[in-house]
Amino acid sequence: MSLLTLSNVTKRFGGLTAVNGLTFAINAGETVGLLGPNGSGKTTALNMISGYLPLTSGTIALEGTTISTLGPERIAHRGVARTFQLVRALPSLTVGENVLAALAFRKDPLWGSEAEAKIGALLENVGLAGRQHDQASNLTYIDLKRMELARALATEPKLLLLDEWLAGLNPTELRAGIDLITRLRQSGITILLVEHVMDAVRALCSRCIVMNTGARLADGPTADVLSDKAVIRAYLGDDHA
Amino acid sequence: MIVLVSLLALVALAAVPFFVGAYPLGLGIGILGYGVLATAWALFSGPTRYISLATVAFFGIGAYTVAVLADLMPYPLVLLCAALIGLVVAILVGLATLRLAGIYFVIFTFGLAELVRQLVTYYEVNVTRTLGRYVFLPIGPEHIYWQLLGLLAITLALAFWISRAKIGLALRVIGDDPVVASHLGIGITRTKLALFSLSAVVMTLAGAIQAPRWTYIEPSIVFNPTVSFLTVIMALLGGPNRLFGPLLGAVPLFLLFEWLSANFPNHYSIILGLLFIAIVFLLPNGVLAAWDKFAARLKNKEARA
Ligand SMILES: Nc1ncnc2c1ncn2[C@@H]1O[C@H](COP(=O)(O)OP(=O)(O)OP(=O)(O)O)[C@@H](O)[C@H]1O
Ligand SMILES: [Mg+2]
Repeated sequence: MSLLTLSNVTKRFGGLTAVNGLTFAINAGETVGLLGPNGSGKTTALNMISGYLPLTSGTIALEGTTISTLGPERIAHRGVARTFQLVRALPSLTVGENVLAALAFRKDPLWGSEAEAKIGALLENVGLAGRQHDQASNLTYIDLKRMELARALATEPKLLLLDEWLAGLNPTELRAGIDLITRLRQSGITILLVEHVMDAVRALCSRCIVMNTGARLADGPTADVLSDKAVIRAYLGDDHA
Repeated sequence: MIVLVSLLALVALAAVPFFVGAYPLGLGIGILGYGVLATAWALFSGPTRYISLATVAFFGIGAYTVAVLADLMPYPLVLLCAALIGLVVAILVGLATLRLAGIYFVIFTFGLAELVRQLVTYYEVNVTRTLGRYVFLPIGPEHIYWQLLGLLAITLALAFWISRAKIGLALRVIGDDPVVASHLGIGITRTKLALFSLSAVVMTLAGAIQAPRWTYIEPSIVFNPTVSFLTVIMALLGGPNRLFGPLLGAVPLFLLFEWLSANFPNHYSIILGLLFIAIVFLLPNGVLAAWDKFAARLKNKEARA
Protein backbone atom coordinates (compact mmCIF):
# COMPACT_ATOMS: atom_id res chain seq x y z
CA MET A 1 0.00 0.00 0.00
CA SER A 2 1.31 3.45 -0.80
CA LEU A 3 1.99 5.93 1.98
CA LEU A 4 0.43 8.93 0.26
CA THR A 5 -2.25 8.87 -2.43
CA LEU A 6 -3.73 11.83 -4.28
CA SER A 7 -6.80 11.02 -6.35
CA ASN A 8 -8.14 13.59 -8.76
CA VAL A 9 -7.22 16.48 -6.48
CA THR A 10 -8.40 19.88 -7.68
CA LYS A 11 -8.02 23.34 -6.15
CA ARG A 12 -9.69 26.44 -7.52
CA PHE A 13 -9.13 29.98 -6.33
CA GLY A 14 -12.17 31.77 -7.73
CA GLY A 15 -11.79 31.38 -11.47
CA LEU A 16 -8.20 30.15 -11.33
CA THR A 17 -7.58 26.39 -11.24
CA ALA A 18 -4.28 26.06 -9.38
CA VAL A 19 -4.33 22.26 -9.18
CA ASN A 20 -6.29 20.32 -11.75
CA GLY A 21 -7.20 16.66 -11.24
CA LEU A 22 -3.84 15.72 -9.80
CA THR A 23 -3.34 11.99 -9.19
CA PHE A 24 -0.24 10.22 -7.90
CA ALA A 25 0.91 7.85 -5.17
CA ILE A 26 4.12 7.67 -3.14
CA ASN A 27 5.46 4.54 -1.47
CA ALA A 28 6.98 4.48 1.97
CA GLY A 29 10.71 5.16 1.85
CA GLU A 30 10.67 6.96 -1.51
CA THR A 31 12.16 10.39 -2.11
CA VAL A 32 10.09 11.99 -4.84
CA GLY A 33 10.68 15.30 -6.55
CA LEU A 34 7.68 17.50 -7.39
CA LEU A 35 8.72 19.74 -10.26
CA GLY A 36 7.17 22.26 -12.56
CA PRO A 37 7.48 25.84 -13.76
CA ASN A 38 6.54 28.80 -11.54
CA GLY A 39 2.86 28.90 -10.76
CA SER A 40 2.23 25.31 -11.83
CA GLY A 41 0.59 24.45 -8.49
CA LYS A 42 3.34 22.68 -6.53
CA THR A 43 2.99 24.69 -3.34
CA THR A 44 -0.79 24.50 -3.58
CA ALA A 45 -0.52 20.71 -3.76
CA LEU A 46 1.67 20.62 -0.64
CA ASN A 47 -0.73 22.99 1.10
CA MET A 48 -3.58 20.58 0.50
CA ILE A 49 -1.57 17.57 1.66
CA SER A 50 -0.63 19.27 4.94
CA GLY A 51 -4.20 20.46 5.49
CA TYR A 52 -3.41 24.16 5.18
CA LEU A 53 -5.86 24.50 2.26
CA PRO A 54 -9.13 22.62 1.81
CA LEU A 55 -9.60 20.75 -1.49
CA THR A 56 -12.13 21.85 -4.08
CA SER A 57 -12.57 18.19 -5.04
CA GLY A 58 -10.75 14.87 -4.94
CA THR A 59 -9.25 12.97 -2.00
CA ILE A 60 -5.90 12.63 -0.30
CA ALA A 61 -5.13 9.53 1.75
CA LEU A 62 -2.30 8.62 4.09
CA GLU A 63 -1.72 4.89 4.56
CA GLY A 64 -5.10 4.26 2.99
CA THR A 65 -7.05 6.59 5.32
CA THR A 66 -8.54 9.79 3.96
CA ILE A 67 -6.87 12.85 5.49
CA SER A 68 -8.21 15.53 3.16
CA THR A 69 -11.18 16.16 5.46
CA LEU A 70 -8.94 16.82 8.47
CA GLY A 71 -7.37 20.04 9.71
CA PRO A 72 -3.59 20.56 9.78
CA GLU A 73 -3.17 19.63 13.46
CA ARG A 74 -4.84 16.24 12.96
CA ILE A 75 -2.82 15.61 9.80
CA ALA A 76 0.35 16.52 11.71
CA HIS A 77 -0.57 13.92 14.33
CA ARG A 78 -0.96 11.31 11.58
CA GLY A 79 2.67 11.85 10.65
CA VAL A 80 2.96 14.62 8.05
CA ALA A 81 5.44 17.46 8.60
CA ARG A 82 6.56 20.25 6.31
CA THR A 83 8.70 23.30 5.73
CA PHE A 84 7.38 26.40 3.97
CA GLN A 85 8.55 28.02 0.75
CA LEU A 86 8.72 31.34 2.61
CA VAL A 87 10.37 30.31 5.87
CA ARG A 88 8.05 30.53 8.86
CA ALA A 89 10.09 30.92 12.03
CA LEU A 90 8.49 31.64 15.37
CA PRO A 91 10.41 34.90 15.82
CA SER A 92 9.65 35.66 19.47
CA LEU A 93 10.85 32.20 20.51
CA THR A 94 14.39 30.92 20.82
CA VAL A 95 15.75 28.30 18.44
CA GLY A 96 15.33 25.68 21.15
CA GLU A 97 11.75 26.73 21.84
CA ASN A 98 10.94 26.49 18.14
CA VAL A 99 11.91 22.83 18.25
CA LEU A 100 10.33 22.30 21.66
CA ALA A 101 7.03 23.52 20.23
CA ALA A 102 7.14 20.60 17.81
CA LEU A 103 8.15 18.05 20.47
CA ALA A 104 5.57 19.20 23.00
CA PHE A 105 2.51 18.88 20.79
CA ARG A 106 3.28 15.90 18.60
CA LYS A 107 1.40 12.62 18.91
CA ASP A 108 3.68 11.23 21.64
CA PRO A 109 4.71 14.48 23.28
CA LEU A 110 8.04 15.21 24.94
CA TRP A 111 8.53 17.82 27.65
CA GLY A 112 11.08 18.69 30.29
CA SER A 113 14.48 16.99 30.42
CA GLU A 114 13.54 14.40 27.78
CA ALA A 115 12.70 17.21 25.37
CA GLU A 116 15.88 19.12 26.23
CA ALA A 117 18.03 16.15 25.29
CA LYS A 118 16.14 15.68 22.04
CA ILE A 119 16.41 19.36 21.10
CA GLY A 120 20.20 19.19 21.33
CA ALA A 121 20.34 16.16 19.04
CA LEU A 122 17.90 17.62 16.49
CA LEU A 123 19.78 20.91 16.28
CA GLU A 124 23.08 19.16 15.90
CA ASN A 125 21.63 17.06 13.08
CA VAL A 126 20.84 20.17 11.01
CA GLY A 127 24.08 22.00 11.85
CA LEU A 128 22.77 24.28 14.58
CA ALA A 129 24.59 22.71 17.52
CA GLY A 130 24.86 25.06 20.48
CA ARG A 131 22.42 27.61 19.05
CA GLN A 132 19.53 26.55 21.27
CA HIS A 133 19.33 29.82 23.19
CA ASP A 134 19.67 32.17 20.22
CA GLN A 135 16.59 34.22 19.41
CA ALA A 136 15.03 32.89 16.19
CA SER A 137 14.59 36.45 14.88
CA ASN A 138 18.41 36.86 14.87
CA LEU A 139 19.10 33.88 12.62
CA THR A 140 20.45 34.13 9.07
CA TYR A 141 18.35 32.84 6.20
CA ILE A 142 20.14 29.51 5.95
CA ASP A 143 19.98 28.97 9.70
CA LEU A 144 16.25 29.73 9.68
CA LYS A 145 15.83 27.03 7.07
CA ARG A 146 17.82 24.63 9.19
CA MET A 147 15.73 25.45 12.23
CA GLU A 148 12.53 24.95 10.29
CA LEU A 149 13.75 21.53 9.16
CA ALA A 150 14.72 20.56 12.73
CA ARG A 151 11.23 21.62 13.84
CA ALA A 152 9.62 19.47 11.17
CA LEU A 153 11.82 16.48 12.01
CA ALA A 154 11.04 16.86 15.70
CA THR A 155 7.52 15.60 15.02
CA GLU A 156 9.10 12.33 13.75
CA PRO A 157 7.04 12.39 10.56
CA LYS A 158 6.37 9.50 8.24
CA LEU A 159 6.09 11.94 5.37
CA LEU A 160 8.20 15.08 5.09
CA LEU A 161 7.16 17.81 2.65
CA LEU A 162 9.94 20.21 1.65
CA ASP A 163 8.99 23.30 -0.36
CA GLU A 164 12.15 24.60 -2.08
CA TRP A 165 14.18 24.00 1.04
CA LEU A 166 17.41 24.30 -0.97
CA ALA A 167 16.50 27.55 -2.72
CA GLY A 168 18.71 30.55 -2.06
CA LEU A 169 21.68 28.62 -0.68
CA ASN A 170 25.22 29.27 -1.87
CA PRO A 171 27.16 26.31 -3.42
CA THR A 172 28.77 25.23 -0.12
CA GLU A 173 25.49 25.44 1.76
CA LEU A 174 23.78 23.57 -1.07
CA ARG A 175 26.32 20.75 -0.80
CA ALA A 176 25.69 20.53 2.96
CA GLY A 177 21.94 20.69 2.40
CA ILE A 178 21.99 17.83 -0.10
CA ASP A 179 24.09 15.76 2.28
CA LEU A 180 21.62 16.42 5.07
CA ILE A 181 18.62 15.33 3.00
CA THR A 182 20.56 12.28 1.81
CA ARG A 183 21.03 11.28 5.43
CA LEU A 184 17.31 11.75 6.07
CA ARG A 185 16.54 9.49 3.08
CA GLN A 186 18.80 6.82 4.43
CA SER A 187 17.03 6.97 7.79
CA GLY A 188 13.94 5.70 5.99
CA ILE A 189 11.72 8.78 6.07
CA THR A 190 9.54 9.39 3.00
CA ILE A 191 10.17 12.76 1.37
CA LEU A 192 8.20 14.75 -1.20
CA LEU A 193 10.26 17.70 -2.24
CA VAL A 194 9.46 20.65 -4.44
CA GLU A 195 12.68 21.87 -5.98
CA HIS A 196 13.99 24.03 -8.82
CA VAL A 197 17.66 23.13 -8.26
CA MET A 198 18.11 20.34 -10.80
CA ASP A 199 21.45 19.09 -9.46
CA ALA A 200 19.75 18.50 -6.13
CA VAL A 201 16.82 16.73 -7.79
CA ARG A 202 19.22 14.41 -9.65
CA ALA A 203 21.21 13.72 -6.50
CA LEU A 204 18.24 13.11 -4.23
CA CYS A 205 15.22 11.84 -6.12
CA SER A 206 14.86 8.43 -7.70
CA ARG A 207 11.53 9.52 -9.09
CA CYS A 208 9.96 12.79 -10.20
CA ILE A 209 6.47 14.10 -10.81
CA VAL A 210 6.21 17.12 -13.07
CA MET A 211 3.28 19.52 -12.96
CA ASN A 212 2.25 22.05 -15.54
CA THR A 213 -0.66 24.49 -15.13
CA GLY A 214 -2.00 22.46 -12.22
CA ALA A 215 -2.02 19.07 -13.94
CA ARG A 216 0.41 16.16 -13.94
CA LEU A 217 2.63 16.23 -17.00
CA ALA A 218 5.02 13.39 -16.24
CA ASP A 219 5.76 10.84 -13.55
CA GLY A 220 8.68 8.40 -13.60
CA PRO A 221 12.37 7.77 -12.91
CA THR A 222 14.24 11.06 -12.62
CA ALA A 223 16.54 10.60 -15.62
CA ASP A 224 13.62 9.71 -17.94
CA VAL A 225 11.44 12.55 -16.73
CA LEU A 226 14.16 15.18 -17.05
CA SER A 227 14.86 14.21 -20.66
CA ASP A 228 11.18 14.01 -21.59
CA LYS A 229 10.33 16.33 -24.52
CA ALA A 230 7.08 17.56 -23.02
CA VAL A 231 8.81 18.40 -19.73
CA ILE A 232 11.58 20.34 -21.45
CA ARG A 233 8.98 22.22 -23.47
CA ALA A 234 7.01 23.11 -20.33
CA TYR A 235 10.12 24.40 -18.59
CA LEU A 236 11.86 26.19 -21.48
CA GLY A 237 9.17 26.93 -24.03
CA ASP A 238 8.55 25.38 -27.46
CA ASP A 239 11.77 26.61 -29.13
CA HIS A 240 13.99 24.31 -27.11
CA ALA A 241 12.13 21.06 -27.56
CA MET B 1 13.95 33.96 45.64
CA ILE B 2 11.20 35.60 43.62
CA VAL B 3 8.69 33.41 45.49
CA LEU B 4 10.03 34.54 48.85
CA VAL B 5 9.96 38.21 47.90
CA SER B 6 6.43 37.83 46.53
CA LEU B 7 5.24 36.17 49.73
CA LEU B 8 6.78 38.91 51.88
CA ALA B 9 5.17 41.54 49.66
CA LEU B 10 1.85 39.74 49.99
CA VAL B 11 2.05 39.76 53.79
CA ALA B 12 3.02 43.43 53.82
CA LEU B 13 0.17 44.35 51.48
CA ALA B 14 -2.29 42.32 53.55
CA ALA B 15 -1.39 44.43 56.58
CA VAL B 16 -2.14 47.73 54.82
CA PRO B 17 -5.82 48.03 55.96
CA PHE B 18 -4.68 48.10 59.60
CA PHE B 19 -2.62 51.20 59.06
CA VAL B 20 -4.42 53.45 56.59
CA GLY B 21 -7.63 55.47 56.51
CA ALA B 22 -10.68 55.03 54.31
CA TYR B 23 -9.46 57.10 51.35
CA PRO B 24 -6.10 55.37 50.84
CA LEU B 25 -7.81 52.03 51.36
CA GLY B 26 -10.25 52.93 48.58
CA LEU B 27 -7.30 53.72 46.32
CA GLY B 28 -5.75 50.40 47.29
CA ILE B 29 -8.94 48.58 46.32
CA GLY B 30 -9.00 50.38 42.98
CA ILE B 31 -5.38 49.52 42.26
CA LEU B 32 -5.84 45.88 43.21
CA GLY B 33 -9.05 45.66 41.16
CA TYR B 34 -7.33 46.98 38.05
CA GLY B 35 -4.20 44.98 38.85
CA VAL B 36 -6.32 41.84 38.71
CA LEU B 37 -8.10 42.91 35.51
CA ALA B 38 -4.87 43.84 33.72
CA THR B 39 -3.08 40.66 34.81
CA ALA B 40 -6.05 38.53 33.76
CA TRP B 41 -6.30 40.38 30.43
CA ALA B 42 -2.62 39.71 29.73
CA LEU B 43 -3.04 35.99 30.44
CA PHE B 44 -4.78 35.67 27.10
CA SER B 45 -3.97 38.84 25.18
CA GLY B 46 -0.25 38.99 26.03
CA PRO B 47 0.92 35.94 24.09
CA THR B 48 -1.82 35.92 21.44
CA ARG B 49 -1.76 39.71 20.84
CA TYR B 50 -5.54 39.61 20.54
CA ILE B 51 -6.71 42.96 21.91
CA SER B 52 -9.90 42.17 23.81
CA LEU B 53 -12.29 44.96 24.79
CA ALA B 54 -14.68 42.54 26.47
CA THR B 55 -13.17 43.02 29.94
CA VAL B 56 -16.08 45.06 31.23
CA ALA B 57 -18.61 42.53 29.97
CA PHE B 58 -17.24 39.96 32.42
CA PHE B 59 -16.54 42.50 35.14
CA GLY B 60 -20.14 43.70 34.90
CA ILE B 61 -21.55 40.19 34.80
CA GLY B 62 -19.72 39.50 38.06
CA ALA B 63 -21.04 42.63 39.74
CA TYR B 64 -24.58 42.08 38.51
CA THR B 65 -24.65 38.46 39.60
CA VAL B 66 -23.80 39.57 43.11
CA ALA B 67 -26.50 42.24 43.02
CA VAL B 68 -29.12 39.72 41.92
CA LEU B 69 -28.12 36.74 44.05
CA ALA B 70 -26.79 38.37 47.23
CA ASP B 71 -30.06 37.93 49.14
CA LEU B 72 -30.69 34.39 47.94
CA MET B 73 -27.62 32.45 49.02
CA PRO B 74 -24.45 32.64 51.11
CA TYR B 75 -21.72 34.90 49.79
CA PRO B 76 -19.18 32.21 48.78
CA LEU B 77 -21.88 30.51 46.75
CA VAL B 78 -22.69 33.84 45.07
CA LEU B 79 -19.05 34.16 44.02
CA LEU B 80 -19.09 30.62 42.69
CA CYS B 81 -22.25 31.31 40.65
CA ALA B 82 -20.68 34.49 39.27
CA ALA B 83 -17.58 32.55 38.21
CA LEU B 84 -19.71 29.87 36.53
CA ILE B 85 -21.81 32.41 34.64
CA GLY B 86 -18.63 34.19 33.54
CA LEU B 87 -17.23 30.87 32.37
CA VAL B 88 -20.31 29.95 30.33
CA VAL B 89 -20.48 33.36 28.68
CA ALA B 90 -16.73 33.22 27.95
CA ILE B 91 -17.03 29.83 26.28
CA LEU B 92 -19.96 30.94 24.12
CA VAL B 93 -18.26 34.20 23.18
CA GLY B 94 -14.97 32.42 22.64
CA LEU B 95 -16.48 29.90 20.26
CA ALA B 96 -18.07 32.74 18.29
CA THR B 97 -15.11 35.14 18.16
CA LEU B 98 -11.83 33.35 18.46
CA ARG B 99 -11.73 32.58 14.76
CA LEU B 100 -11.73 36.30 14.08
CA ALA B 101 -8.39 38.02 13.95
CA GLY B 102 -6.97 41.50 14.30
CA ILE B 103 -9.31 44.45 14.22
CA TYR B 104 -12.40 42.26 13.77
CA PHE B 105 -11.76 40.66 17.14
CA VAL B 106 -11.29 44.07 18.77
CA ILE B 107 -14.54 45.40 17.35
CA PHE B 108 -16.49 42.25 18.14
CA THR B 109 -15.38 42.17 21.77
CA PHE B 110 -16.25 45.85 22.14
CA GLY B 111 -19.66 45.19 20.61
CA LEU B 112 -20.13 42.22 22.88
CA ALA B 113 -19.69 44.31 26.02
CA GLU B 114 -22.26 46.80 24.71
CA LEU B 115 -24.61 43.96 23.82
CA VAL B 116 -24.43 42.52 27.33
CA ARG B 117 -25.13 45.94 28.78
CA GLN B 118 -28.14 46.44 26.49
CA LEU B 119 -29.49 42.97 27.28
CA VAL B 120 -29.25 43.54 31.03
CA THR B 121 -30.83 46.99 30.67
CA TYR B 122 -33.65 45.57 28.54
CA TYR B 123 -34.28 42.78 31.01
CA GLU B 124 -34.30 45.12 33.99
CA VAL B 125 -36.58 47.68 32.35
CA ASN B 126 -39.05 45.29 30.75
CA VAL B 127 -39.06 42.24 33.01
CA THR B 128 -38.10 43.27 36.50
CA ARG B 129 -39.20 46.88 35.87
CA THR B 130 -36.37 48.39 37.89
CA LEU B 131 -33.23 49.89 36.50
CA GLY B 132 -30.59 49.57 39.16
CA ARG B 133 -30.31 47.45 42.26
CA TYR B 134 -29.10 47.90 45.80
CA VAL B 135 -26.41 45.66 47.20
CA PHE B 136 -26.48 45.44 50.98
CA LEU B 137 -23.83 43.01 52.08
CA PRO B 138 -22.06 43.12 55.42
CA ILE B 139 -18.69 43.24 53.70
CA GLY B 140 -16.42 46.11 54.69
CA PRO B 141 -13.81 47.72 52.43
CA GLU B 142 -10.97 45.92 54.20
CA HIS B 143 -12.59 42.58 53.33
CA ILE B 144 -12.94 43.61 49.71
CA TYR B 145 -9.30 44.63 49.78
CA TRP B 146 -8.23 41.24 51.15
CA GLN B 147 -10.35 39.31 48.70
CA LEU B 148 -8.91 41.25 45.79
CA LEU B 149 -5.40 40.75 47.12
CA GLY B 150 -6.07 37.02 47.32
CA LEU B 151 -7.47 36.99 43.78
CA LEU B 152 -4.45 38.93 42.54
CA ALA B 153 -2.06 36.48 44.21
CA ILE B 154 -3.89 33.52 42.66
CA THR B 155 -3.95 35.16 39.23
CA LEU B 156 -0.22 35.94 39.37
CA ALA B 157 0.52 32.38 40.48
CA LEU B 158 -1.57 31.07 37.58
CA ALA B 159 0.18 33.38 35.14
CA PHE B 160 3.54 32.19 36.44
CA TRP B 161 2.55 28.55 36.09
CA ILE B 162 1.10 29.06 32.59
CA SER B 163 4.25 30.83 31.38
CA ARG B 164 6.19 27.63 32.17
CA ALA B 165 3.58 25.10 31.14
CA LYS B 166 2.88 23.57 27.77
CA ILE B 167 -0.28 25.60 27.33
CA GLY B 168 1.76 28.79 27.73
CA LEU B 169 4.12 27.68 24.97
CA ALA B 170 1.15 26.75 22.78
CA LEU B 171 -0.29 30.22 23.22
CA ARG B 172 3.01 31.90 22.33
CA VAL B 173 3.34 29.76 19.20
CA ILE B 174 -0.21 30.69 18.19
CA GLY B 175 0.56 34.35 18.81
CA ASP B 176 3.66 34.16 16.60
CA ASP B 177 2.19 32.14 13.74
CA PRO B 178 -1.09 30.22 13.88
CA VAL B 179 -0.25 28.38 10.65
CA VAL B 180 2.92 26.92 12.17
CA ALA B 181 1.01 26.17 15.38
CA SER B 182 -1.59 24.09 13.59
CA HIS B 183 1.07 22.27 11.55
CA LEU B 184 2.81 21.28 14.77
CA GLY B 185 -0.36 19.67 16.09
CA ILE B 186 -1.51 22.47 18.39
CA GLY B 187 -5.30 22.68 18.77
CA ILE B 188 -5.67 26.41 18.22
CA THR B 189 -9.32 26.89 19.11
CA ARG B 190 -9.07 24.70 22.20
CA THR B 191 -5.99 26.50 23.51
CA LYS B 192 -7.34 29.99 22.90
CA LEU B 193 -10.70 29.09 24.38
CA ALA B 194 -9.12 27.70 27.56
CA LEU B 195 -7.06 30.83 28.20
CA PHE B 196 -9.79 33.26 27.17
CA SER B 197 -12.19 31.54 29.59
CA LEU B 198 -9.71 31.47 32.45
CA SER B 199 -9.01 35.14 31.97
CA ALA B 200 -12.75 35.90 31.81
CA VAL B 201 -13.50 34.03 35.04
CA VAL B 202 -10.89 36.09 36.88
CA MET B 203 -12.39 39.31 35.47
CA THR B 204 -15.86 38.18 36.52
CA LEU B 205 -14.65 37.55 40.05
CA ALA B 206 -12.97 40.97 40.13
CA GLY B 207 -16.37 42.52 39.37
CA ALA B 208 -18.20 40.29 41.83
CA ILE B 209 -15.85 41.04 44.71
CA GLN B 210 -16.11 44.79 44.18
CA ALA B 211 -19.90 44.83 43.89
CA PRO B 212 -20.57 45.44 47.61
CA ARG B 213 -18.55 48.66 47.38
CA TRP B 214 -21.02 50.48 45.20
CA THR B 215 -24.20 49.82 47.22
CA TYR B 216 -26.15 50.92 44.13
CA ILE B 217 -25.56 49.13 40.83
CA GLU B 218 -26.90 49.82 37.38
CA PRO B 219 -25.78 48.75 33.89
CA SER B 220 -24.21 52.09 32.96
CA ILE B 221 -21.94 51.86 36.02
CA VAL B 222 -20.76 48.28 35.91
CA PHE B 223 -20.70 47.95 32.11
CA ASN B 224 -18.81 51.21 31.52
CA PRO B 225 -16.49 50.61 28.52
CA THR B 226 -13.83 52.82 30.11
CA VAL B 227 -12.97 49.84 32.31
CA SER B 228 -12.04 47.80 29.22
CA PHE B 229 -9.91 50.59 27.76
CA LEU B 230 -8.14 51.28 31.04
CA THR B 231 -7.32 47.60 31.43
CA VAL B 232 -5.75 47.47 27.96
CA ILE B 233 -3.68 50.62 28.53
CA MET B 234 -2.43 49.40 31.90
CA ALA B 235 -1.39 45.98 30.60
CA LEU B 236 0.28 47.48 27.52
CA LEU B 237 2.10 50.15 29.53
CA GLY B 238 3.55 47.64 31.97
CA GLY B 239 4.17 44.99 29.32
CA PRO B 240 1.65 42.21 28.77
CA ASN B 241 4.28 39.49 28.40
CA ARG B 242 5.87 39.95 31.80
CA LEU B 243 4.50 38.49 34.99
CA PHE B 244 4.34 41.74 36.94
CA GLY B 245 4.05 44.04 33.90
CA PRO B 246 0.28 44.57 33.90
CA LEU B 247 0.24 45.15 37.67
CA LEU B 248 3.07 47.65 37.33
CA GLY B 249 1.09 49.48 34.67
CA ALA B 250 -2.04 49.50 36.83
CA VAL B 251 -0.54 51.38 39.78
CA PRO B 252 0.48 54.70 38.17
CA LEU B 253 -2.34 54.73 35.63
CA PHE B 254 -5.06 54.12 38.20
CA LEU B 255 -3.74 56.97 40.33
CA LEU B 256 -3.44 59.20 37.25
CA PHE B 257 -7.00 58.47 36.19
CA GLU B 258 -8.35 59.06 39.69
CA TRP B 259 -6.70 62.44 39.64
CA LEU B 260 -7.83 63.22 36.09
CA SER B 261 -11.45 62.25 36.65
CA ALA B 262 -11.53 64.34 39.82
CA ASN B 263 -9.96 67.42 38.24
CA PHE B 264 -10.85 67.24 34.55
CA PRO B 265 -14.12 65.32 34.41
CA ASN B 266 -14.97 66.80 31.00
CA HIS B 267 -11.68 66.14 29.25
CA TYR B 268 -11.06 62.81 30.88
CA SER B 269 -11.96 60.64 27.87
CA ILE B 270 -9.88 62.71 25.46
CA ILE B 271 -6.81 62.37 27.67
CA LEU B 272 -7.51 58.67 28.00
CA GLY B 273 -7.67 58.28 24.22
CA LEU B 274 -4.46 60.23 23.63
CA LEU B 275 -2.65 58.18 26.22
CA PHE B 276 -3.91 55.00 24.62
CA ILE B 277 -2.48 56.04 21.25
CA ALA B 278 0.81 57.20 22.77
CA ILE B 279 1.36 53.90 24.59
CA VAL B 280 0.53 51.76 21.57
CA PHE B 281 2.92 53.72 19.35
CA LEU B 282 5.78 54.45 21.72
CA LEU B 283 5.88 51.41 23.98
CA PRO B 284 4.30 48.53 22.09
CA ASN B 285 5.94 45.99 24.42
CA GLY B 286 5.59 47.93 27.63
CA VAL B 287 7.91 50.00 29.79
CA LEU B 288 9.73 46.96 31.15
CA ALA B 289 10.79 45.86 27.67
CA ALA B 290 11.73 49.43 26.77
CA TRP B 291 13.78 49.64 29.96
CA ASP B 292 15.57 46.37 29.13
CA LYS B 293 16.43 47.70 25.69
CA PHE B 294 17.69 50.96 27.18
CA ALA B 295 19.77 49.10 29.76
CA ALA B 296 21.24 46.85 27.08
CA ARG B 297 22.23 49.90 25.05
CA LEU B 298 23.90 51.50 28.08
CA LYS B 299 25.82 48.30 28.71
CA ASN B 300 26.96 48.17 25.09
CA LYS B 301 28.19 51.73 25.33
CA GLU B 302 30.11 50.96 28.49
CA ALA B 303 31.64 47.90 26.92
CA ARG B 304 32.79 49.94 23.96
CA ALA B 305 34.13 52.81 26.08
N1 LIG C 1 -4.17 31.55 -1.75
C1 LIG C 1 -4.24 31.76 -3.10
N2 LIG C 1 -5.21 32.53 -3.62
C2 LIG C 1 -5.29 32.74 -4.95
N3 LIG C 1 -4.45 32.22 -5.84
C3 LIG C 1 -3.44 31.45 -5.40
C4 LIG C 1 -3.28 31.18 -4.00
N4 LIG C 1 -2.20 30.37 -3.84
C5 LIG C 1 -1.72 30.16 -5.08
N5 LIG C 1 -2.46 30.80 -6.01
C6 LIG C 1 -2.23 30.74 -7.46
O1 LIG C 1 -2.23 29.38 -7.82
C7 LIG C 1 -1.23 29.15 -8.83
C8 LIG C 1 -0.30 28.08 -8.37
O2 LIG C 1 0.50 28.61 -7.33
P1 LIG C 1 1.56 27.78 -6.51
O3 LIG C 1 2.09 28.66 -5.44
O4 LIG C 1 0.98 26.49 -6.11
O5 LIG C 1 2.68 27.55 -7.61
P2 LIG C 1 4.11 26.88 -7.49
O6 LIG C 1 4.16 25.77 -8.45
O7 LIG C 1 4.42 26.57 -6.07
O8 LIG C 1 5.04 28.06 -8.00
P3 LIG C 1 6.51 28.53 -7.54
O9 LIG C 1 7.49 27.62 -8.22
O10 LIG C 1 6.62 29.91 -8.04
O11 LIG C 1 6.55 28.41 -6.05
C9 LIG C 1 -0.58 30.48 -9.11
O12 LIG C 1 -1.18 31.05 -10.24
C10 LIG C 1 -0.89 31.29 -7.87
O13 LIG C 1 -0.95 32.65 -8.17
MG1 LIG D 1 5.78 27.24 -4.70
